[in-house]
Amino acid sequence: MLHALLLASSSATLPDVIVFAAAAVVILMGAIGVVTSANPVHAALSLVMTLFGVAVLFIEQEADFLAAVQIIVYAGAIVVLFLFVIMFLGVDRGEDVTTEPLVGQRPLAYVFAAITLGSLIAMGVTAHWVTGAHQVVGPIQGHVTKNPSSPSGEPAQLGKQLFTTYLFAFEATAALLVIAVVGAVVLARRPPTVHAEQEDETQSELRA
Amino acid sequence: MVHLAYLMLLLPLAGFAVLVVGGRRLGDPLAGWVGTAAVGGSFVIACIVFAGLIQLPADHRVVVHQYFTWFDASGLHVPVGTLVDPLSMTMCLFVTGVSALIHLYSIGYMKKDRDYSKFFIYLNLFVFSMVLLVLADNLLLTFVGWEGVGVCSYFLVAFWFERESAASAGKKAFIYNRIGDAGFLIAIFLIFEKTGTVQYESGPGGGIFGMLSHLGGGTATAVVLLLFLAATGKSAQIPLFNWLPDAMEGPTPVSALIHAATMVTAGVYLLCRINPVVHQTALGMEFIATIGAVTAFVAATIACAQQDIKKVLAFSTVSQIGYMMLAVGSGAYVAAIFLMVCHAFFKGLLFLGAGSVIHGLEDEQDLKRMGALRRYMRWTTVTFTIGYLAIAGIPPLSGFWSKGDVLDNAFAHYKPLWAIGVITAVLTAYYMSRLEILAFGGEPRFDQVGPEGQPALPEPHESPWVIRAPLVILAFLAFFGGVLNLPWVHTHDLESWLAPVFSGTLYNNGLGDDALWALAVTDIAAALIGVIIAYNLWRGAQVDKPALEPAFLQRVWYWDDFYDLVIGRPSQRVATFCAWVVDPRIIDGAVNGAAHLVKVTGTAARRLQTGYARNYALGIAAGLALLVAFMLSRTWWG
Amino acid sequence: MSLSGAWYLGLAAIVFTIGAVGLLVRRNVLIMFMCIELMLNAANLTFVTFSRMLNDIGGQALVFFVLVVAAAEVVVGLGIVVTNYRRRATTMADDLDSLKG
Repeated sequence: MLHALLLASSSATLPDVIVFAAAAVVILMGAIGVVTSANPVHAALSLVMTLFGVAVLFIEQEADFLAAVQIIVYAGAIVVLFLFVIMFLGVDRGEDVTTEPLVGQRPLAYVFAAITLGSLIAMGVTAHWVTGAHQVVGPIQGHVTKNPSSPSGEPAQLGKQLFTTYLFAFEATAALLVIAVVGAVVLARRPPTVHAEQEDETQSELRA
Repeated sequence: MVHLAYLMLLLPLAGFAVLVVGGRRLGDPLAGWVGTAAVGGSFVIACIVFAGLIQLPADHRVVVHQYFTWFDASGLHVPVGTLVDPLSMTMCLFVTGVSALIHLYSIGYMKKDRDYSKFFIYLNLFVFSMVLLVLADNLLLTFVGWEGVGVCSYFLVAFWFERESAASAGKKAFIYNRIGDAGFLIAIFLIFEKTGTVQYESGPGGGIFGMLSHLGGGTATAVVLLLFLAATGKSAQIPLFNWLPDAMEGPTPVSALIHAATMVTAGVYLLCRINPVVHQTALGMEFIATIGAVTAFVAATIACAQQDIKKVLAFSTVSQIGYMMLAVGSGAYVAAIFLMVCHAFFKGLLFLGAGSVIHGLEDEQDLKRMGALRRYMRWTTVTFTIGYLAIAGIPPLSGFWSKGDVLDNAFAHYKPLWAIGVITAVLTAYYMSRLEILAFGGEPRFDQVGPEGQPALPEPHESPWVIRAPLVILAFLAFFGGVLNLPWVHTHDLESWLAPVFSGTLYNNGLGDDALWALAVTDIAAALIGVIIAYNLWRGAQVDKPALEPAFLQRVWYWDDFYDLVIGRPSQRVATFCAWVVDPRIIDGAVNGAAHLVKVTGTAARRLQTGYARNYALGIAAGLALLVAFMLSRTWWG
Repeated sequence: MSLSGAWYLGLAAIVFTIGAVGLLVRRNVLIMFMCIELMLNAANLTFVTFSRMLNDIGGQALVFFVLVVAAAEVVVGLGIVVTNYRRRATTMADDLDSLKG
């Protein structure tokens, strides 16, 4: 069935193929760069490369809004945060990637990765599953309401679903973000020295 | 008046309860009088019930009262009730009567004992159990009484338990009884399986006796042999008899009551009670008669060589019960009961007399240290002599008639066994005469230093009236007891009284008057021969005659040693093996091994906890790989 | 329109595996985080691919939420890294072994 689905949508033109190939190369180079760079800053920049490649693929697959969000949030905020922390801690020195102190870690990692990758690809190629019903939640393109002048297109559809079907999840993730911010502030505070001095004074007063 | 039978059970039980609660406070001698009153009251009730039973017409003398149901489970209905019939009333009369006399005797005998009230507690409990055994209307209730008397026997034999020998004697008695009890239980199971009931007369189908057809030949034989096994345990026959001599470690009233008059007769009573079943198996009856005769002979030979006065009487009891079993095996149940009643009288008398002698000689029991007691203890001598003449079989005392009855019926059915019985009668007369001479005749030996250096004894004194009164009463009964079943046709009282119980199973021994006279003369001759031989051998002052008392007889034909060799030592070896090999190595090993296994597993599994997050991530990756591979296998092979 | 989804799915699988290997092999905590981000991106790519194949907006909505949660996770995670660095002056995962059994 996957086969059928895959072949059905294979109305590919040459620009599609070139775009995909280029984006794929960028993504893979970035991924390998993240994994093999000794310097964390280099790794972060490679990550940015990967994220840009993924955004291109999003656009290719008619997820324009998501591509924009990906760039803004991921590349623009998360990786920047990474770099902030790297600079803040001053750990932009290289790490020794050739030796591995833990016994058997690398060989086993390669083995498991190979098994996983092999199984996934084999399943993709040979499986005859039923993958799922079409348009369970809603189409990608289309009018938000029955009114022909209502907004259409992928952002409009995404917005409609977010505020109706996934409203609770939306609100919950908003709360989650607030909690994350508060947690980060608490975690990253400097240890309070003023309070310690005051506590010492109180203790000595009690003892006296 | 027959319905008052339950009081016979309640009175001793009440006495037991009162003494348990307040015995120690009542003290010496009041506790003893309470116990005696309880059993005495029981005897009075027995007389009343007996009178009531006589008034009923002859074929209506089986009265069953059921008071409540003990339990009712899946077809097994066991009531608690009494079966009052001539047999059980005969038993009750002499059990409660002799018990009351022995309670009276014990007031004097156990005076100044530290555990005075405890003695009467056990005695009352014993009487309750024995009456329950006799009056029960079903096999299971009989078994309860059976166990009860066994337990009380254990308590009483081991009364002076600080003495090692007494404690082991108590255990020995109980364990031998228990072996028999296993047979009893299996017999109950068999009977229930075939007839569906355990009641004798009542219940659906008329009880066991109404459903004899269900007990085929093989089952009846098995049941009878199993119940006989129980009887050998309780009544001390071969092969379970060697507990009885050891049980003489208990106080003498105990020996008199339990091991002469009552408990040891329970086996004979049981076989008489189920006489319809016994009657169905000729093989069983032959077996019982043979064992009885052989036991009588073996025990009599052993008694000839014993030096302890009580041990002579103990083996004599085994021998006399052998006679009773011989009677049961010959189908002469009435003769067995007759001998049982007379035996209760004269053997009880003999034991109580022995107790009086022991009491008078300050606890000396060795015959070789007695002598000429006739000069110091008149009452004891006279009553004891009456008992001695009775057991020896001298007419016109009760022993002659009762033993004669048994031997007549044995002659009618098993001539070889009759011959053994006659030889045993000679031996009985011999060893009893030996005992009489050594204790009461000859010259005093107690004023000399003993053979093992014991100091000389003071002059013996006669016993107080509480001891003498029962002796006199029992002597009277032993003398005239034969009146119960004199063989001339007009006075077969006991036989006609007991006829309804044994109807259908009474053998008419078919002996004519001539044969009976000849047999009677043979019995008298046997008794006289025994007496004369004993007089000639033991008259002199020299009492140390090893030739007449060989070790083989003194050591009970080495029976105890045989059991020790065959059963005792192997069991000990098995126990030692279990204690030193099975327990520490196998059982402890398994338990410790389980703990060790846990420890080993834990130590091995501990190496997974490296503390490195990356190792744990590797674990997650492994799980992921496994999961994806599994999904792949599902897509490929379904 | 575009290539059949199989290619995108394959690419996503490869990126995911690279991210997994990186997570297992690298010792620097910050780079391990970045590998986690790689894996999340691969998952996002898969979602969007299926969304396009099945013409269902639900996949993209889910990507949205994955993005949000990834952001929150990075924030808190880096906070933890900072705190830990203050105590032990290290960002090597192997130095955090006090739970060794």
